[in-house]
Amino acid sequence: MKEIILVKYGEMALKGMNRSTFEDVLLRNIRFRLKKIGKFSYAKAQSTIYITPETESDEERDELLNAAMLRLKKIFGIAALCRALTCEKDFQNIAERAVPYLQDTLTAAKTFKVEAKRADKAFPMKSPQICAELGGILLQNYPHLKVDVNHPDVTVTVEIRDVNAYVHAAKEKGAGGLPVGTAGNAMLLLSGGIDSPVAAYMMAKRGLRISACHFASPPYTSDRARMKVEQLCEKLTPWCGSMAFYCIPFTEIQEELQRNCPEEFFTILMRRLMMEIACRIAEKENCGAVITGESLGQVASQTLPAIACTDAVATMPVLRPLIGMDKVEIINISRTIDTYETSIQPYEDCCTVFTPRHPKLRPVLAEIEEAQKEVDFAPMIERAIENAEMKVFAQHVSENQNL
Amino acid sequence: MAIYLDSAATTCPSETCIQSMTEAMRGHFGNPSSLHSVGLDAQLVMDRARKQIAASLGCESAEILFTSGATESNHLAIRGAAMKYGKRLRRVITTTVEHASVRGAFDMLEEQGFEVIRIAPGPDGSYTADQVMESVNENTCLISMMMVNNETGAILPVQEIFTRVKRDYPQVITHCDAVQGYMKLPVQPEKMHADLLTVSGHKVHACKGIGALYHKKGVRLASLMKGGEQEQGIRPGTESVPLIAGFGAAVEELRKTIPSRGEYISALRSECIRALSALDGIAIQSPEEGSPYILSFSVKGLRSETMLHFLAEKGVSVSSGSACSKGKQSGVLQQFGIKQDLADSTLRVSFCMDNTAEDMHALAAYLEEAQAKLVHKR
Repeated sequence: MKEIILVKYGEMALKGMNRSTFEDVLLRNIRFRLKKIGKFSYAKAQSTIYITPETESDEERDELLNAAMLRLKKIFGIAALCRALTCEKDFQNIAERAVPYLQDTLTAAKTFKVEAKRADKAFPMKSPQICAELGGILLQNYPHLKVDVNHPDVTVTVEIRDVNAYVHAAKEKGAGGLPVGTAGNAMLLLSGGIDSPVAAYMMAKRGLRISACHFASPPYTSDRARMKVEQLCEKLTPWCGSMAFYCIPFTEIQEELQRNCPEEFFTILMRRLMMEIACRIAEKENCGAVITGESLGQVASQTLPAIACTDAVATMPVLRPLIGMDKVEIINISRTIDTYETSIQPYEDCCTVFTPRHPKLRPVLAEIEEAQKEVDFAPMIERAIENAEMKVFAQHVSENQNL
Repeated sequence: MAIYLDSAATTCPSETCIQSMTEAMRGHFGNPSSLHSVGLDAQLVMDRARKQIAASLGCESAEILFTSGATESNHLAIRGAAMKYGKRLRRVITTTVEHASVRGAFDMLEEQGFEVIRIAPGPDGSYTADQVMESVNENTCLISMMMVNNETGAILPVQEIFTRVKRDYPQVITHCDAVQGYMKLPVQPEKMHADLLTVSGHKVHACKGIGALYHKKGVRLASLMKGGEQEQGIRPGTESVPLIAGFGAAVEELRKTIPSRGEYISALRSECIRALSALDGIAIQSPEEGSPYILSFSVKGLRSETMLHFLAEKGVSVSSGSACSKGKQSGVLQQFGIKQDLADSTLRVSFCMDNTAEDMHALAAYLEEAQAKLVHKR
């Protein structure tokens, strides 16, 4: 049985002259992601990528396709994808092979409909005729089924394309967005909470390649807190691709802040110092932006005046994809990308140690700058950057353990 | 010469298993819930094993709960799910050929006022989806079915039945006791439409005292005990890191060889059947298309127990029915349509990779000797 995967692009199909650049990046990302599972061949035509597993054994093919589907669903730039049966462009052949091919899907369904897409207008049957005849044949073979054209459990699609015809019944939504790498690089501030991984996911979706930095304050924060963050990176790689991860020692700065700065400014000053360090590392990594998981008004450091004070030290655009989202919406996304359970592990992170009792909600930039002058942070910042540990999370490493 | 033909009762722990257990005991003795690095170290060992078990079932680590074995997994699945989903839906369904631990769990539910439907196999000893669907209704909260019968090796069409159940009554929680199928046949809970699935360590060359329950993301389970937050709070109690590490290692070693071992064992079983059919008065009870790892047969006129002791003297270990009933009959054989007198003289041999074709011939020779020597029943 010749079964393949059809991958359809989303938004990319609307691009103009540079469309092929996007296509090439997508194809490269796909090849890279599937390389470790097995051998596949690739072809593209009519806004579709055809992925064929290179094997003769049916069992192996099934396994390859399963594994590939799981990974493809997490690659940005893909609008929809499905496993499909390749048939000759002959209705008899299509019908004969579709019946056994659809067995698993159709036994699990109560209602169905047939759709036809006749890209090749030379095909002798018109779309409605294909639908009616194939629908009839399927009903004969699976008598428990009923036809429902409005809300069917299963939609069987027949596509008549230029070389072959394809039958598929389980079209799945892809991750959408644009291929990672088409929009440049950005540095994520990754605390370990629920929000920052979601922010990374959302910006990777728009084509950014993500690097991350995390501030650790041992012994105020534990090894487990750091491991939790590394686990989050691992969980993000299927979406974001390989990630460079910087763990920045932050104890000295936090202790200094606690000793010598007004308590109510603690959080703001800390955010400013983090931002400064993040920007410096971002420059090193060739990033064009910094990403944070801030959502307006969620906590004291995320009010408009507080954000203004933090941004004053940024040397590049700060992207805040969650700025207008409710916590519930953010949690929902974190559940879909499977970072939620990791994020809620109860280890203290650098943002929660030394939290002031009454943080300043409407800080004034001049006052903050004045307070920051009390201590000369510059050498500490240098030391933090110098002692940052870098680690690369390659996507296939984390995934292979799960296969 | 000792010949062990009782791998369905238990298996010998593999070298890899013993090694990783020893390593875990020597080097990673911490409590995985402790916050210090010794504890963390133990947790990492456990995380790794969890990933290995998850990989073997094609699921996520978070869907694996470690338990003390299949009996606990079965009880947790059946009673735990009935407690969560059975407040209004009072019907639960199982078969009459289940393992004692599943039967026990359903007996307990019956005492709590659940309506327990126990479906017997059809006249030919098999189950069909249509037959099971007759008992499922909108008042049903749970169905539990084993994958491979432990006494005969019969494979139940669990995937087909669960697919139908989920299609027509999506509220029903599906549980499969896959102990005798795990690491022998492909087991993929998602493909089988199983929400809960039981596996055991000591049947797959790991140690006794460890098992796991697959529970699909989103399926809720009430815990049978209240205590710490271990295993997502569903199964409290400090995890046994060495047993878990050994389980993971044993499975990791086996999971890639399911097809190749299957071929070897099938050939072995055929050899055994060939050798046995040369004798008089042997009736094979296992279905032709059952699991190759189990062969059940009767030696007419000789009681199982007598035969078992005779063989044991010769150094051959087999069992009568299942080991769990300590020689008592479970009644499962009769359910499969095997007549009482044949059931009385049934022996179960079960295989692993250590067995050879010579073992099969030796078994046949001893049986022949027994038939000649022992006094037959009238």
